[in-house]
Amino acid sequence: MSANTDNMVKVFERPRCLTDAQFSYCPGCHHGLVTQIIAHTIDELGIQERAIAVAPVGCSVTMYEWFRCDGIQAAHGRACAVATGIKRVNPDLIVFTYQGDGDLAAIGTAESIHAANRGENITVIFINNQIYGMTGGQMAPTTLIGQRATSCPDGRNAQLAGYPIRFAEMIAQLEAPVYVTRQALYDQKRIMAASRAIRKAFQCQVEGKGYSLVEILTNCPTNWRMSPVETNSHLMNEVVRVFPLGDIVDRG
Amino acid sequence: MAEAAICAGCRAYFGYPITPQNEILEYMAARMPAVSGAFIQAESEVAAINMCYGASAAGVRTMTSSSSPGISLKMEGISYLAGADLPCVIINVARGGPGLGNIAPAQGDYFQATKGGGHGDYRMIVLGPATIAEAIELVMLAFDLADKYRVPVMILSDGMLGQMMEPVVLPEPIDPTSLPAKPWALTGARGRHPNVVTSYAIDPADLNRINAQRQSRYHRIEKKEVRYRETETSDATIIVVAYGTVARIARTTVKMARSQGIKLGLVQPITLWPFPYAALRVLSSRVNTILTVEMSAGQMVEDVRLAVGDRAETPFYGELGGLVPTPKDILREVKRNVS
Repeated sequence: MSANTDNMVKVFERPRCLTDAQFSYCPGCHHGLVTQIIAHTIDELGIQERAIAVAPVGCSVTMYEWFRCDGIQAAHGRACAVATGIKRVNPDLIVFTYQGDGDLAAIGTAESIHAANRGENITVIFINNQIYGMTGGQMAPTTLIGQRATSCPDGRNAQLAGYPIRFAEMIAQLEAPVYVTRQALYDQKRIMAASRAIRKAFQCQVEGKGYSLVEILTNCPTNWRMSPVETNSHLMNEVVRVFPLGDIVDRG
Repeated sequence: MAEAAICAGCRAYFGYPITPQNEILEYMAARMPAVSGAFIQAESEVAAINMCYGASAAGVRTMTSSSSPGISLKMEGISYLAGADLPCVIINVARGGPGLGNIAPAQGDYFQATKGGGHGDYRMIVLGPATIAEAIELVMLAFDLADKYRVPVMILSDGMLGQMMEPVVLPEPIDPTSLPAKPWALTGARGRHPNVVTSYAIDPADLNRINAQRQSRYHRIEKKEVRYRETETSDATIIVVAYGTVARIARTTVKMARSQGIKLGLVQPITLWPFPYAALRVLSSRVNTILTVEMSAGQMVEDVRLAVGDRAETPFYGELGGLVPTPKDILREVKRNVS
């Protein structure tokens, strides 16, 4: 068998920008998929030697161990401020943040909005899985009405806890962002579209156009208490009704 | 202080308006672009200190400034700077507190600055200037110490220094490109392994080792970087210990006391951390009384008492709420304590 492999053409391989370190994500989680798409994008754009990964607090806190590029861990919610500091003193670097819904749209609301409003030339990857994953399934700012979480055991009640925040639409009201989009990963078509969106967001930064945000609707099989297949159906049938997919701002 | 930072090679400043330190923010807004540095008026104190975290990680000399309530907000970021071994200079133009307090000069932030206002086992070098000239000298020193030991350094000044005008001689500006390289900085993994800046270590054994290494760095600082100024202490029978604005006022008290035949000396701690315990311990065996004077309810006095023990009397005199003691006020307290 080994003799035959010499004649084979390699059509798929681990992205060069990924290390051999094992992901710490649960089985069936979309986080790994997004990580892989970002790594492929960095490879394709040839920016590994300029890329700076800004890790949040959450399930992706050790993200810098998986990317073969410089990385930094930011305090909870502060990733956009940290990215701002890096980018302003060295504009040649390609700086991206990777943040969950609690990090970006709850504790880091101010940093996230103002970085967008200043039009910082950074790329923000926003992982919206409608729950706090790492801390064990508490309600997120994006949790759907009626969705159960450990801190809203009877389901999210709008009168007590408000409504799911549509962050992408919020910052779409600002003048500065050049590319704001919402994507999902529940089937192959969506994965391809999300890959194109992530590539476009990085491309905007490489070309010096300014701020971009890719919100990605993802799953959390562990804390949603669903199988990975069930999470894909839930995303396709329920979540996208609250969080519509597609480009919201495209000035790129 | 802002121009001193530029002279020291600072090329990134992030701040937020708060009285009585708006002058630094406003000066940097005009000055930083002229030296091709980064300036942002941030959306909050929290954002400003985290911008510092990013800019410092990218290898640039970085500063922020604020006043007491704003410094409280920065404490999260200061803990992260310490935990990720990042240099940064933070100026606190301290005002009356707690809470919103007022905008008058005060020294109620000593505990916060020197005992770890943020979470976790960390230390921050804290420098206390008494005059504008000292502030300039200490800002230059702060950037050097921050880089040398990879620690945050705070200039603990007060509203008096922040609003004062006096003539000074500025130091020779340093060319930032002439500063020692920072091989740990995030500059892009070109021809080297990726660099990582983090304060995170999930394995207790790892965090134990990292913290122990950091503590040994702190011990080196305690051995090498203690700074203080003694005035008329050689024949003194009573000594005032004061830092910052109060030390400056007490210099006048020393002259007044000496003219009245009272052998008064003054010790001005310049590094509030590391505190000059050893110097005070030595003095305490030669004098009867060591009087601590602060614009607080008594914070530094705890360090003075740690140093002195029961070798001398250690009374305290403090003014609260932004009131500034006069040389006569301090002399009155000195006389009360002269037996």
